[in-house]
Amino acid sequence: MSQTIRNASRHVSRNEGLIFEKSSPGKRAFDLPPLDVPAVEPATTLGRNHRAEGVTGFPEVSEIEVLRHFTRLSTWNYAIDIGMYPLGSCTMKYNPRVNELVARLDGIATEHPLQPQSLSQGCLKIMRLLEQCLLEITGMDALSLQPAAGAQGELTGLLLIRAYLESQGNARRKVLIPDSAHGTNPATAVIAGYEVENIKSNSEGQVDIEKLRELVTEDVAALMITNPSTLGIFEQRIAEIAAILHAKGALLYMDGANMNALAGVARPGDFGVDVMHLNLHKTFSTPHGGGGPGAGPVAMKTFLEPFRPIPVLVEKAGGELTLEHDRPYSIGRVKAFSGNFGVLVRALAYTLAYGPGIRQATEDAVLNANYIRKNLEGVFALPYSLPSMHEVVFSDSIQKPNGVGTMDIAKRLIDYGFHPYTTAFPLIVSGALMIEPTESESKEECDLFIEAMRAIAGEASSEPGLVAHAPHATRIGRLDEVTAARKPRLRWSKEGSS
Amino acid sequence: MLAAIGVKSIDDLFSSIPERFRLREALKLPGPYSEAEIIQYFKERAKESSVGYTSFLGAGVYNHLRSVVTDTIIQRGEFLTSYTPYQAEISQGTLQAIFEFQTLMCQLTGQDVANASMWDGSTATTEAVLMAERITRRRRVLVARSLHPEYREVLETYARNSGLQVEQIPFGPDGTLNQTTLDSAIGDDVAAVVVQSPNFFGVIESIATLADRAHSRGALLVVAVTEGVSLGLVRPPVEADIVAMEGQSFGLAPSYGGPFVGVIATHEKFVRQMPGRLAGQATDWGGRRGFVLTLAAREQHIRREKATSNICTNQALCALAATVHLTLLGKEGLREMAEQNLSKAHFALGELEKVPGVRRAFEGPFFNEFTVALPRSVDSVNRQLLREKIIGPLALDTFYPELANHALVCVTETTTRAQIEDLVSEVRLAVALAREPR
Repeated sequence: MSQTIRNASRHVSRNEGLIFEKSSPGKRAFDLPPLDVPAVEPATTLGRNHRAEGVTGFPEVSEIEVLRHFTRLSTWNYAIDIGMYPLGSCTMKYNPRVNELVARLDGIATEHPLQPQSLSQGCLKIMRLLEQCLLEITGMDALSLQPAAGAQGELTGLLLIRAYLESQGNARRKVLIPDSAHGTNPATAVIAGYEVENIKSNSEGQVDIEKLRELVTEDVAALMITNPSTLGIFEQRIAEIAAILHAKGALLYMDGANMNALAGVARPGDFGVDVMHLNLHKTFSTPHGGGGPGAGPVAMKTFLEPFRPIPVLVEKAGGELTLEHDRPYSIGRVKAFSGNFGVLVRALAYTLAYGPGIRQATEDAVLNANYIRKNLEGVFALPYSLPSMHEVVFSDSIQKPNGVGTMDIAKRLIDYGFHPYTTAFPLIVSGALMIEPTESESKEECDLFIEAMRAIAGEASSEPGLVAHAPHATRIGRLDEVTAARKPRLRWSKEGSS
Repeated sequence: MLAAIGVKSIDDLFSSIPERFRLREALKLPGPYSEAEIIQYFKERAKESSVGYTSFLGAGVYNHLRSVVTDTIIQRGEFLTSYTPYQAEISQGTLQAIFEFQTLMCQLTGQDVANASMWDGSTATTEAVLMAERITRRRRVLVARSLHPEYREVLETYARNSGLQVEQIPFGPDGTLNQTTLDSAIGDDVAAVVVQSPNFFGVIESIATLADRAHSRGALLVVAVTEGVSLGLVRPPVEADIVAMEGQSFGLAPSYGGPFVGVIATHEKFVRQMPGRLAGQATDWGGRRGFVLTLAAREQHIRREKATSNICTNQALCALAATVHLTLLGKEGLREMAEQNLSKAHFALGELEKVPGVRRAFEGPFFNEFTVALPRSVDSVNRQLLREKIIGPLALDTFYPELANHALVCVTETTTRAQIEDLVSEVRLAVALAREPR
């Protein structure tokens, strides 16, 4: 391994098999208090529904074996807690631990969603205050906290649009989506019953206004836009875009995935957005947890409010909060109970820690991204030159002639002690390197990252094979994904596992 | 850093935002608060809660014992603060845990493959129906009225715009799906029959029989499971084509309704129609075993508008919690927990039936929830129970107007005999009060 790597060195980690391979009959790791009522006979009580043999194959291990097993597995992961995680469009910022503590308090974690509302005022107040904060940050008028994730927020938003347009007499047929959008946007539009029409970006990576003007007809329900775009660039003609849509009775949906570039600086409600979602697991620091849980609240303008999913949080005279189900125009329910409440608690704790200072978090995120851009520009090609916000997108076009692509550079970055940036997205950039440092990183960490990226660029021309076969320092090398997909082995079994 | 970038002020970095949209005043937000103040705020809110009350609520969210080990593991930063494991070489911890989760879910449900994960049981059930539609290319769906009412509402929201025709099949006198109605409703245009077992009233459905009925007309049987602990003791729905499960019972707190973890489990032949993430076993070029996200060609980031679902962020950390929890319990622990639920629920029913005017509503077999009919409105009884710090059973007429005075009682291993006896004596008092002449 290169002598120049300052940020990382090899260390020993334990090998560990699957938990099923460690199992031995009779072991267990958890005791229950003794049964204090007469035991019923399951075979008699359940009859033919009785599972007499128990769950075949379930592991039987001791407590320390469980703890060691998962602790050993954990050491094979990279994480924000280990170092910079510059995964573009994912906003991998620090996850404050106080947020974990408050979400686990008795009286918060213990509450049942169907309990009497008189005993739920604490939970409802948390939801209420979070709604108020998110409305202030987005500049919108009404909110639903129900969606479980960004994609469900998108669906909720499009269903609101559909319900509104239906109330105007025509739900319309199409949703326009820029070619730079996240894959969830078109997937969601289909579930909402719309056809997808893609709009090509112009040479600056912005929405092509003339093309948009042509495409927006009385058949178009909405444009789904990400702003700043997935290139990390603000749509400068956003107000004009909104005006073009509104003139034809179509609406503007904003994917709020990149809200970390705007919080405290500009508000979608001010620049013409009709409905949008937020990703609380991005902008509001709730932990990604290896892929979730998240939350995708939807913020909207007043005219969409009657269509909000049920139940709707309302304040009764006297200040008592209640969840209202009787809403004749509602699109219905998108998820059981009250959303991912525990995630909402963490997001509120995050917001309270900053208050109006959330603006500085945004400024620091944009500062870090621009600092990295400045220091890597020329070393890596910059396909779009408009100013970057919270993330910067390079391409691998300088390295590609040597046989080194974005995925190779990303894998080599692992050897340097960093998580890769987002590779090969957005699709409009061939061989994209999408870098989002967030506000959490210090100048020192950014400098180490820049140094690593520059070193890899050097290797890509002097020793391209080294980069093309990276990573070299991990416990396993690149996995054969083709065979894994062709002959999928998706579970352990006694006979079948190697 | 500003100098290195070549700008004079932070403000210059935002020059691409048109001036008229740039906020010049601070947002009106509470804070900034220190850690101590944040804890204080939430402790205040936590007082306005049900702490100190005994609860007999279930209905899709269950109180079960949880080991501190589970929370210890899922709070490790390496799990808590990592992203979806796209970069397999530095995500083997998450990937192997997902593979173990998938295996546990298969073992529990008796199915071949399981995903990791869906948002919750309600969206898993909906996605299972959409999956059945893709497999059968049929548009009618027959849904048991005894499926969790909020699950039905979610399904209806999704169905409305996808051209699915959702019809309800009522329950019979024993609380299970009315098979006569099913027989007359089912036809060659039905994509799926959807039931929950144990169903919303706590009654266990006859899965094998229902599967036969569905399969005879080429429809799939979708079985929703809201109470996973039941599978420690109740025969798994092996005849189902798709199982949609809520995993909250496996180590996740009620948390006012989420985050929980949904799962879809199915036959191997349907795997390419499944939504959601799947981890598969693979080898690296040194021949070492590892795990990798696989069959991504179903997913939105590859297939966009042709994906099987729009799901991206899921409930991974909750799936990890369930994995740790079930590993701690093991085969014997889960069986014992399930037996305690069964025994305590049957004890509670026996005691309640001794109260004059209280009777068991449905004769079908049950696990840890059952329905009783009271001689007066459940709300009025519950109001009196609340004064004694008891959160009474769910009033079923909230969701089923035809079940006035019917209550859904849930008893788990966390409910003590003394708490059951308190409930019974308070119900006895409440009922007696109603009988006194006014």
